[in-house]
Amino acid sequence: MIVARLKPLPALLAAVGDSSPVLVAGCQGCVAVCAAGGDKEVNVVADLLELDARRRGVERSTFRITVPRQCDCRFFDPLAAAMAAARVCVSLGCGVGVQYIADCYPDKPVIPGVDTLFAGGSQAAGVWEERCRLCGDCLLGETGGICPVTRCAKGLLNGPCGGAVNGRCEVDAAKPCAWQLIYERLKAQGRLAELEIIRPPKDWSAGAGAGPVVREDLVP
Amino acid sequence: MPGKSGWEPRIIAFCCHYCAYGAADLAGSLRYRYPAGVHIIRVPCSGRVDERFILRALARGADGVLVAGCLEGTCHYVAGNVRAARRVQRARALLAEMGLEAERVEMFRVSASMGAAFAAFVRDFARRVRNLGPLAADTGEGGAGDDRGAVETASRAAGGRW
Repeated sequence: MIVARLKPLPALLAAVGDSSPVLVAGCQGCVAVCAAGGDKEVNVVADLLELDARRRGVERSTFRITVPRQCDCRFFDPLAAAMAAARVCVSLGCGVGVQYIADCYPDKPVIPGVDTLFAGGSQAAGVWEERCRLCGDCLLGETGGICPVTRCAKGLLNGPCGGAVNGRCEVDAAKPCAWQLIYERLKAQGRLAELEIIRPPKDWSAGAGAGPVVREDLVP
Repeated sequence: MPGKSGWEPRIIAFCCHYCAYGAADLAGSLRYRYPAGVHIIRVPCSGRVDERFILRALARGADGVLVAGCLEGTCHYVAGNVRAARRVQRARALLAEMGLEAERVEMFRVSASMGAAFAAFVRDFARRVRNLGPLAADTGEGGAGDDRGAVETASRAAGGRW
């Protein structure tokens, strides 16, 4: 999922200024799962905006609406009436959601309420970590399901670098050496010989920044 | 006692049914006094409270919020008071980040037999909030404006809550 976190409040409150009414739009997708932009967080942010207005003696009211997905305009019908009345929209969707709302309602300022961080997973309750760099050329099948692009600090395709200490990364001792993890997993699977294969440099143009994905069979 | 200006803080106290609400009841039976600006809301467990309740109370007119739960290890639902304490911390952190006094929100642990302690803590908390002063810039009611009715109508039409 896409992992995001609430924007620093001073920046968010400054961006909203004295605007009223404010539509706080949430998303039930990734940002809800990482507790940054779901229904609960919509109410928290809206209350913070009302609280900020109250302490400054400014009148403000809020709409609070969460749609199933902000990365698809077809889910935006519930926003229409509120968007028409609102002065600004604070989107708690990821960067994709913010842009789709802004595209759908080009006459309204759309303010991002979260900072979009990475594609990751939930390691434990309340802890999210990056697991995919969206490189567009997945090699997890060759590395025992451990991504060296994301989890090796140097992004080495032919590791390890030799700098690890007691299995910890020399760049960030809080992290395990990805290539040691890969070695141990391939060893357990009896696949150590595969580490002898030298991988050529990656074609980075395949990933982030690549063009749209089109499935002709799904296009109407 | 009211401040020099006569202003008294409005305080919302979320009280656990099993402890603090009983303590408040006992305080009343024993004629212990605490400020009339303290409004008690009974919850089935302090773990029912999360930062939304706290922030909404502050956004809609409260000057301070108290969350009162069971003594450590005595929660009727095992860990509700522990969860409540973490949510209170979260609310306090959000307040501090936006430049408001985190001291406006506090967690208090009590048992149903501690009527005197409840009244004493509430009196002390009210005094501290009184010293902080009104939360709203105009000391009256800020927050939602005249367009709230229209907002509510539109929000309901959109299927959203407000």
